[in-house]
Amino acid sequence: MKVSANFSALKKTKWYEYAVRFLLGGTVTVVAGLLAKYYGPVFGGLFLAFPAIFPASATLVDKHERQKKQRAGIPKTTRGRQAAGLDAAGAAHGSLGLATFAYIIWKLLPAWNVAMVFVVAVSAWLCVPCALWWLRKEHWSHSPK
Amino acid sequence: MKDLIFRFLIGGVAVSAFAGLGDVLKPKSFAGLFGAAPSIALAALGLTIAANGKMYAATEARSMMAGALVFFLYAWLCFMADVAAQIKGHVSYVIGAGHLAGVLHIDLVVGSEGELA
Repeated sequence: MKVSANFSALKKTKWYEYAVRFLLGGTVTVVAGLLAKYYGPVFGGLFLAFPAIFPASATLVDKHERQKKQRAGIPKTTRGRQAAGLDAAGAAHGSLGLATFAYIIWKLLPAWNVAMVFVVAVSAWLCVPCALWWLRKEHWSHSPK
Repeated sequence: MKDLIFRFLIGGVAVSAFAGLGDVLKPKSFAGLFGAAPSIALAALGLTIAANGKMYAATEARSMMAGALVFFLYAWLCFMADVAAQIKGHVSYVIGAGHLAGVLHIDLVVGSEGELA
């Protein structure tokens, strides 16, 4: 399956759903900073990998898929749950990229230029999960291509 | 206070941007990769470096690895249990992930505290 972008999907998301994401993201960032300030960077750092996007997006994916099926006249469906499950699989791959991002920051930041470290870390974060996703699709998946 | 408001705004924008990216991409298994984007880290680490220096941020990044592994466990459990549709399930996994984060924190991070000193 090819990767594509569907910008009309942005219209399906309600304003309050965007607001919840914004509030959650802002709050977690503030809390992570405060925890680091009061309990030190070792404890505060744990919250830099807090799942701020995934729970809300998986719930939205489920809701939108169910609404789509209901509009098509199918009241009961497991489609939403399955789509959310796929979203979770993607997030699991992404979290390994997140660990790679953190490892690069940890190892390179003390010695390298800050901007360079961030470029390398973000590139690694993008490449690792994309490569895992591609490998799973092309080589480890049992479904017909 | 200014610093906290700035953090809040940067964090909100970063999370919203990555979440929006995840919304538009297809298939869902690929879009899910952006559910684990380093949005909080990108927002917080830059500010931390400016305020506390590189070594402080590097220490935070080391702990972040443990947090990312717990995130993996959380997402994998959601996938395996197919509970993503149930908010209650999410809450219980978040709590469970929090407990595991505590355990990993003790094992991986505090256990090597001497290395930092």
